[in-house]
Amino acid sequence: MRMKKLVSLLALVAVLALGVAGTSAQDPVELSLWYHGAGNDAERSVLVSIIEDFNASQSDYVVTLEEFPQESYNESVTAAGLSGDLPDIIDVDGPVMPNWAWSGFLQPLEIDETLLENYLPGALGYWNGDLYSVGLWDAAKAIFARQSVLEANGIRIPTLDEPWTLEEFDAALVTLQETGEYDFAFDPGMAWTGEWYPYAFSPFLQSFGGDLIDRETYMGAEGVLNGEEAIAFGEWWQSLYDRDLAPGTSQDGADRETGFIDGRYAIQWNGNWAALGALDAFGDDMLFLPAPDFGSGSVIGAASWQFGVAATSENPEGANAFIEFALQDQYLADFSVATGLIPATTTAANLTENYAEGGPLSVFFQLSAEQGLIRPPTPGYVVMALEFEKAMADIANGADVIDSLDAAVDAIEDDIEANSGYGF
Amino acid sequence: MTAKTITDEQRQRNEKLDIIGRYALLIVVALIFVLPILFMIMSSFKPDDQLLRDTSSLRAFLPVGDLSLDNYDGAFDRVPLGRFIFNSVFVTLTTLGLSLIFNSMAGFAFAVLKWRGRNIILTIVIATFIIPFETIAIPLLLIVNQLPWIGLNGFEVGWLNSYHVQIIPWIADSLSIFLFYQYFRDLPYELVEAAKIDGAGFFRIYSRVFMPISGPVIATVAILKFLAMWNQFLWPLLVVRTEELRPVMLGVDYFFQLNVAWGEVMAYLSTITIPVLIFYLVLQRAFIESVASTGIKG
Amino acid sequence: MTMVQQKPENTVSNGLTLQQKEEITGWLMALPAMLLLFTFLLLPFLGAFAMSFTNQRLVSPNPTEFVGTSNFVDLLSLRIFTLEPVRDETTGEVVRDEDGNIEYPRLRTFTRNNPEYPQLDGMQEWRSWQTGETRTVLLATDVLFWTALVNTVIFVVVVAPLQGGIALLLALLINQKLMGVNIFRMIYFMPVVVSMVVVSLLWRFIYDGQNGLLNSVLSFVTFGLFEPVDWLGNPETAMGALIVMSVWQGVGFHMVIWLAGMQTIPQSLYEAASIDGAGAWQKFRFVTMPGLRNTGILILIVITMQAFSLYTQVQVMTRGGPVDATQSLVYQAVIRGFEQQNIAGGSAISVILFVIVLIISIIQRYLTRERSA
Repeated sequence: MRMKKLVSLLALVAVLALGVAGTSAQDPVELSLWYHGAGNDAERSVLVSIIEDFNASQSDYVVTLEEFPQESYNESVTAAGLSGDLPDIIDVDGPVMPNWAWSGFLQPLEIDETLLENYLPGALGYWNGDLYSVGLWDAAKAIFARQSVLEANGIRIPTLDEPWTLEEFDAALVTLQETGEYDFAFDPGMAWTGEWYPYAFSPFLQSFGGDLIDRETYMGAEGVLNGEEAIAFGEWWQSLYDRDLAPGTSQDGADRETGFIDGRYAIQWNGNWAALGALDAFGDDMLFLPAPDFGSGSVIGAASWQFGVAATSENPEGANAFIEFALQDQYLADFSVATGLIPATTTAANLTENYAEGGPLSVFFQLSAEQGLIRPPTPGYVVMALEFEKAMADIANGADVIDSLDAAVDAIEDDIEANSGYGF
Repeated sequence: MTAKTITDEQRQRNEKLDIIGRYALLIVVALIFVLPILFMIMSSFKPDDQLLRDTSSLRAFLPVGDLSLDNYDGAFDRVPLGRFIFNSVFVTLTTLGLSLIFNSMAGFAFAVLKWRGRNIILTIVIATFIIPFETIAIPLLLIVNQLPWIGLNGFEVGWLNSYHVQIIPWIADSLSIFLFYQYFRDLPYELVEAAKIDGAGFFRIYSRVFMPISGPVIATVAILKFLAMWNQFLWPLLVVRTEELRPVMLGVDYFFQLNVAWGEVMAYLSTITIPVLIFYLVLQRAFIESVASTGIKG
Repeated sequence: MTMVQQKPENTVSNGLTLQQKEEITGWLMALPAMLLLFTFLLLPFLGAFAMSFTNQRLVSPNPTEFVGTSNFVDLLSLRIFTLEPVRDETTGEVVRDEDGNIEYPRLRTFTRNNPEYPQLDGMQEWRSWQTGETRTVLLATDVLFWTALVNTVIFVVVVAPLQGGIALLLALLINQKLMGVNIFRMIYFMPVVVSMVVVSLLWRFIYDGQNGLLNSVLSFVTFGLFEPVDWLGNPETAMGALIVMSVWQGVGFHMVIWLAGMQTIPQSLYEAASIDGAGAWQKFRFVTMPGLRNTGILILIVITMQAFSLYTQVQVMTRGGPVDATQSLVYQAVIRGFEQQNIAGGSAISVILFVIVLIISIIQRYLTRERSA
């Protein structure tokens, strides 16, 4: 009696186990993907269509999507990294990637590099010689202006080959401010706190000849972020606010969005994602101009959101397969159409109306290809970004330029030291 | 005779003026409190461009211009609001219920019962009231990640991405314990003596004698706890991974894309504030009638 | 003998004395909440405390090491340094700029890579003052921490009496016997139920320097005489703006506590005072105020605790600026711990905050206990 029970129990267990084994052999492996686009329908629909296509294209893997709002995405990933429950595929902001790679969140990609030959350099995330992430697009910034406004004030329209110089740009701002028609001549976008500051303003610093860190060693910022060039930049930066040429840190987000379109700001420093709205408002009058050359060439920030594979993923082959699949020109073009971002390849650009040669936004593709400079690819960038943001805000608010830059240098170097050089 | 009627009339007039003056003052002060909230609600019905234009004039507080429910449509499309509200209500009310039981029991133990270690433990409890949550969030995350749980999937380690991780750490809280302690301490001890003579045990005294006459402190703790739980942000951000488990405050970030849809933000903020207002209105009588009795006897 | 006699009375069926039973029940009833508090509050705090003596990073492949008190030393180090004026090399006279101010050598020539002053390396000026021809500088290794500390203390010192006082005035206003006064009571309480995040977002519109609501209202009230102020963008006004908003948000709660306190003062005391010929002020001074003493203590303690954890407003509205005018201790603890991934440094700030508030509450308890005894 008892024996019988035991046997039947064993049999049941065996059946169950077989059943489980049987189903797992047939069922595709689930790959989780985290994305920063919660609340952004346009991006979601393109990404969902890529995932659906991928899931239909093969039977080994099924990708499932989890979306997070961009505002707090990095915190969510850090918390997950701390507690060891990262997904298989992570969406990562280009400049943050080295930090996550160094922290052991990411593993190097293993995808066919021939697929990447045609790529904008800013869309490829290299650190320590390995490719860790790759993006389907890049973003670029330009000076937004209206042809009629510049012409009416006798201001030369700059070109990619001959951008404004510091003197020209500054004089243009003064002229525009003196018309009295604008609240401010120039809107650099101080309302967008956070990583926008280093993304948008460190290129000015670099164009002056300074930088966030010594890119030879990645060990120090002394003489680079607080050298003569950087101090010159800081003083000019402060003068923008002293002379009321630009709205300061208290600008609210709404003014940032509507100020240029409503004609309250004469020119604006903005990204290509805002270009479609400006084109709608001003049509042919709208100009997208290259950044001024403050002495060391025009520079804009490169690298946007990219995909990487989590170090803890149990199925890196699948994760890599998905990323490879997503790199098709058609998807790059779809994303660009949906979001206004720059497709990462020329072939994809030609599939879109805006970025195809002669298209209204094709200037951004050139800007990105010719002037794009990635933010320092080091794990320490996260702290650099915060310190630079603080320095820019403080200087704009009247703090001593040299002291502010010195403080940023000290904090950055302390951080590098505390992290034993971040592996450099 | 005449003189007296005049003074009567004058006095009546003065009284009227006095009353008008009092109301005028009450109304002016009320405006200060209500205008920012009115701005939020009115803005939620306006298209973005009008909303932003109106902020430069008093029109911001008025239901004027192009009014519609479009922002609410947009906000509900962007965020799975029903789900988020359910999560917040579930987490908030569960925590609240457990919190009232656990903390009142502890308050009773500290206030009424004599046991060794009582004073030293009470002192520690009160001291922990000082610790701001932001400063212990990361160690707490690491702790809950190591805790065992037996759930539908059997035994597992780690509490992340669940309802219970949003609930259990918040049940006990030192302020609630302290409020219960103060209230119970000042209830007449004869209540205990009388119940003892009737043969009641201490737990019975707590549940049948003390709790039924503790409406005011229960209401106070309930409102404080409800507000704290409903407004949770940092903790769910750290411990919740999937959208199905997110509470309402995490939804606010959904709106801060590069181009913020301010009208939708206002619609969302108005929507998530309403349940709290309702909860307050339900409890306010009991609450106001004596936050007091906990307060004055401090 | 007596013991034996008492025993049957006090013994309960399971053989324990009533005293033992009370002991056990006390422990059992306190235990669930104590276990939870220990696990989810005390333990993580002890974790933070331990971390503050290490070089723990939020995420890092490097091993964690014990570093003793160096995090605290970095935060707290202060040093006095005297600057001699620049003198003309030939005449030896003090050099002055065109406004007649004495010129000093730049501090960074001493504090940055100067082998003659190794003890000053990495320090920055926190405060300075002039005595005679020399300038005395108070240097700190972590100026930001000291700024945050001072700001937090200012916030607490202003907000606690202000919020408590306004709440008392509102309570007096609401405590009148007028029709519909309950509606006003509800309105005054309304901001309390709105989350601080929401409030901060709303008030950014109100404080906007270009077309903000506050400027519009002030300009309307003064018939256009008022010059618009950039409330959050000006270091002079930013902290004040945060204080006003915080008081606005929280004052309703404390009003209700005052109110409840007032309603427990026996009506007979006021009647007796009337018979003695007391006026409204005297009634307030000699009946209401003494009756509200304990309420006042509770309110002050609660506001003080809340004010010390100033964070959300700063995070949403100013991010510590302009020029550090609104830095706070908790904000710095969060910035360092989370964003800069320096969890050890952030924890050290938390520990210091804890010690400060603990000392204050001990003093508060001591003072109040003595008087009521």
